[in-house]
Amino acid sequence: MGSQNVRRKKVKAVVVSQKQIADQIYDMWLETELAQDAGAGQFVAVYPHDASTLLPRPISICEVDRKAGRLRLVYRIAGKGTAEFASYGSGDTADVLGVLGNGFPIERVTGRRVVIMGGGIGIPPMLELAKELDADKHILLGYRDRDLFLQDDMARYGEVYIATEDGSVGVRGNVMDALRVHELSADVIMACGPMPMLRAIKQYAQQQGIEAYISLEERMACGVGACLGCVCRTKNVDAHSHVNNARICTEGPVFDAGEVDI
Amino acid sequence: MNTKVTIAGVTFKNPVMTASGTFGSGMEYSDFVDLNRLGAVVTKGVANVPWPGNPTPRVAETYGGMLNAIGLQNPGIDVFVERDIPFLRQYDTRIIVNVCGKTVDDYLEVVERLSDQPVDMLEINVSCPNVKEGAIAFGQEAGCLYDITSRIKNRAKQPVIMKLSPNVTDITEMAKAAEAAGADALSLINTITGMKIDIHRRRFALANKTGGLSGPAIKPVAVRMVYQAAHAVKIPIIGMGGIANAEDAVEFLLAGASAVAVGAMNFANPYATAEIVEGIEAYMMRYGVENVADLTGAVVE
Repeated sequence: MGSQNVRRKKVKAVVVSQKQIADQIYDMWLETELAQDAGAGQFVAVYPHDASTLLPRPISICEVDRKAGRLRLVYRIAGKGTAEFASYGSGDTADVLGVLGNGFPIERVTGRRVVIMGGGIGIPPMLELAKELDADKHILLGYRDRDLFLQDDMARYGEVYIATEDGSVGVRGNVMDALRVHELSADVIMACGPMPMLRAIKQYAQQQGIEAYISLEERMACGVGACLGCVCRTKNVDAHSHVNNARICTEGPVFDAGEVDI
Repeated sequence: MNTKVTIAGVTFKNPVMTASGTFGSGMEYSDFVDLNRLGAVVTKGVANVPWPGNPTPRVAETYGGMLNAIGLQNPGIDVFVERDIPFLRQYDTRIIVNVCGKTVDDYLEVVERLSDQPVDMLEINVSCPNVKEGAIAFGQEAGCLYDITSRIKNRAKQPVIMKLSPNVTDITEMAKAAEAAGADALSLINTITGMKIDIHRRRFALANKTGGLSGPAIKPVAVRMVYQAAHAVKIPIIGMGGIANAEDAVEFLLAGASAVAVGAMNFANPYATAEIVEGIEAYMMRYGVENVADLTGAVVE
């Protein structure tokens, strides 16, 4: 499990390649020393060069190539900052802060039946997870429509089941609908996606009495645990904050679903 | 070359500090900055008991700046004394503790708790725009500011900095009230109350609706207020508001500040504080400035 016991730093990464892989979705490989310490479920924060956009953009790590020293980021254009990143071509530099946050507890689930769920722009971090996990893997991916992405990459690491909101591919509905239709069972669920999906997974895991690890997202400023912008409510008093709040950037972004109040 | 500055009898190795709330208690940025290089670390505001803060979203970016409505989330003075002060004591830098409260008694409790602690100065937050009670309520009316300042001064063992809000009609009235009540120094500006609306979702960008604007966008307002306050009072001023680099820092010194604090720019550049320390030295070399203190108020009228 990638975690924060390595020193975080801000570096200049070199763009190796960039391509659009779906509507508003971009796939960028970066050459950076940060790759050595990166693990599934962790993230980096990318600073736009445009000085009018002050804050770094938190982006999950989609894939890690430690041997080549490369990180893959698959992200959606959501505003000025990510639109700038999408304009980078190979050879350009990107200012990257990393490696941030705590990833999925991979060793903990070795050999078990793990259902990996990704919804929309929550799909990218599940690729490195699928790659690193040594388990009986079933991968459920949820999309809005037939404009799929990363499904072929995922298929290399486990059986992929697709759900689309408009029913154009796979099961009509979301990943939970796909889970039911395919009658899949799990010892553990690991997921990233929109909040309603994560809430449904948390509820399902509780009903089934199984473990679930979910990756959360929130507006961030610093990315390093100082500003307290990106908190989520926690069941227990958090060891750092001493209130029922944990920092998604530092204690997260991956949490045991039972420990967060979402 | 002498980069030392003295404020209320406390000497700082250089005039660069961190702005409260943007640097935690130093721990979070120690991966990036050698805290020994800083004049002081000004901590995140601490209250008598833990505060949970506001709902999320708590932050939103704006053009050249950002809004925040954290709501002074903090672990309370007990944890702060046990964990954060010992951490900062490992470094050769001054410790300034930012104190917040809902009532005057809350502030006094924290001030007294800190009286036997190895803390160099207290900064009293009477200017947070994001909490419903206390904080800014004490800092927007000269009479209230005078009252809380004198009551804190009666109890405080360390020199007291009153942190002023820019959300007032006349900053000089507030500066004079704090000085008259015995404040040892002033720090300004805290954030400017702002709002952002997401037009696509027709929702406020912040759960709190309003938040405090910080970052380079507010710098000219901050420089103007520091200049006005410096002409209104004799006590030293710590200037802040959108400082991004050494040039900005020097601008505040020339306007009348004795020291400066770096806030939102820590988020944009985690190395900002250390780079500003070096940049001020480079400025002094370039213009043959022997003492950094000579820059304070040195703008040509």
